[in-house]
Amino acid sequence: MNFPAELKYSKDHEWVKTIDESTVLVGITDFAQSELGDLVFINLPQEGDEVTAEESFCDVESVKAVSDVMSPCTGVIAEVNTELEDEPQLLNEDPYGAWIAKIKDISSFGELMSADEYEAFVQQ
Amino acid sequence: MKLIFEKGAPGQHLSLMPPCDVPEVTLSRPRTEPLDLPHVSETELTRHYTALAKQVHGVNDGFYPLGSCTMKYNPKINEDMAALPGFSQIHPLQPEETVQGCLEVLYESEKLLGEITGMDAMTFQPAAGAHGEFTGLLLIKAYHALRNDAARTKIIVPDSAHGTNPASAVMAGFTVVNIPSGEDGCVDVEALRGAVGPDTAGLMLTNPNTVGIFDKNILEITKIVHDAGGLCYYDGANLNAVMGVVRPGDMGFDVIHLNLHKTFSTPHGGGGPGSGAVGCKEFLRCFLPGPVVTRDEAGYHLTAPEHSIGRVKDFHGNFSVVVKALTYILTLGREGIPEAARNAVLNANYMMKRLSEKYAMAYAGPCMHEFVMTLQDLKDATGCSSMDIAKGLLDHGIHPPTMYFPLIVHEALMVEPTETESQETMDEVCRVFLDLWDLAHQNPQALHDAPTKTPVRRLDEVGAARNPVLRYVKE
Repeated sequence: MNFPAELKYSKDHEWVKTIDESTVLVGITDFAQSELGDLVFINLPQEGDEVTAEESFCDVESVKAVSDVMSPCTGVIAEVNTELEDEPQLLNEDPYGAWIAKIKDISSFGELMSADEYEAFVQQ
Repeated sequence: MKLIFEKGAPGQHLSLMPPCDVPEVTLSRPRTEPLDLPHVSETELTRHYTALAKQVHGVNDGFYPLGSCTMKYNPKINEDMAALPGFSQIHPLQPEETVQGCLEVLYESEKLLGEITGMDAMTFQPAAGAHGEFTGLLLIKAYHALRNDAARTKIIVPDSAHGTNPASAVMAGFTVVNIPSGEDGCVDVEALRGAVGPDTAGLMLTNPNTVGIFDKNILEITKIVHDAGGLCYYDGANLNAVMGVVRPGDMGFDVIHLNLHKTFSTPHGGGGPGSGAVGCKEFLRCFLPGPVVTRDEAGYHLTAPEHSIGRVKDFHGNFSVVVKALTYILTLGREGIPEAARNAVLNANYMMKRLSEKYAMAYAGPCMHEFVMTLQDLKDATGCSSMDIAKGLLDHGIHPPTMYFPLIVHEALMVEPTETESQETMDEVCRVFLDLWDLAHQNPQALHDAPTKTPVRRLDEVGAARNPVLRYVKE
């Protein structure tokens, strides 16, 4: 299981990569993809959507179940990774490369953990 | 194997069709080219469907403990009754005086199922459970709309619910409010109290719930929703545990759906159409889909309720399923219905007790008609998941339990034996389960490779989901 040190993590298993102080990239963690199993579908948000910290902004579907992806911050969707629509398996193959959305105009963050904290959280 | 469309050749045909006994008419827009139907002989046709039947597992092949699906035995007398010419050689557009017997079936079924569930009126139009949910929610919506209570837009659904509940609520135009379950898998009463308000249209609940536990706070739960001005919807998925013992109507529910195909023993799960009958209390009768059957001195009639939400299916739903369900109710009778429920609960507890020798149960204490195991520890220790155990069962001629549901339990296997299995069968199945546990520790690879004895090995579920082939296109 991989927990890159430069990322922040939410308790709902999203990772957050800071681009500048009001812009981030968001994806799901290695732990999340391994728990979900093979992903077969993603319902992406749209550019311009307003998202709220700790509320669902996207959903992913595996052969087991459909799961919400929670937004780690309150802001506006600047860009979505449309490549995932045709290849949701990228979320399994490269969870930290396969970003889901870029969020801009961030006004607040939900609770986030460091890589060490998240690793300890997952192992509980 | 080849599709029926890929078999045969022009000129081959069969003699099954009787001569046409209705006058031929010319349609206003006649078909310009003939339908591209298969050309196969009767022999080929029979072999094709026999070959298909050999590739599947049904309740007549072996144990089928698919949790939440109530795969009980379907008595053959049901089929005899549904095949009676008075029920099968009819047309739904016949004048009502010529189909009085059929209308009586609907009328009597409404009365008897109303007695079992504590409801006052019922429609048999919905084709299956989720369709029933959708219909029931439309009744709730129509009720609030007639009272000009437009603020009630939210349906509360616990996180243990069947996925169809929130889906049906969204389809019916509501917003879903998810509330967490307590430690015991039941509704968190305080969370519910915090969630209700002037925007609450209703609550959807399954009781016993999806983890096989009867919610002991049910009267308080329905009262909280009623006090807030909402209505209570009962998902009848698990009625088999309590039919004839307690009634949803007495628990405080206003609308229910029943899965006649599950609880009342008609073929389903690929074996036949369903019937998601929807029942309601008197004050919702006027909203039911029309027509409904009424009775006076002259006989039975089809009438439309005053504020009907309209049809939800053509004609009267899957009528032959209602005939089978009525046959089942009349066969079991007033004593047999609750006895079936009690035996379903007894069988589930018997298996749960035997399996807890090795398997971890998700929730402590006695269960109702089904129980949920969590195989997380087994997976951590051996690498064998619920999926591997499920595939291992197939090699022993046993249909796997429901997997990975409910979502609140990790590595879940949900087992529902039903009342129609003997102690000998359950003993044998428990032995297989316990052997597979040992096999997971001794030779996990053998389970990763399972099944090896079935007509097909592990199916590519991911490939099927990512690249579905849903239609045959002739090359």
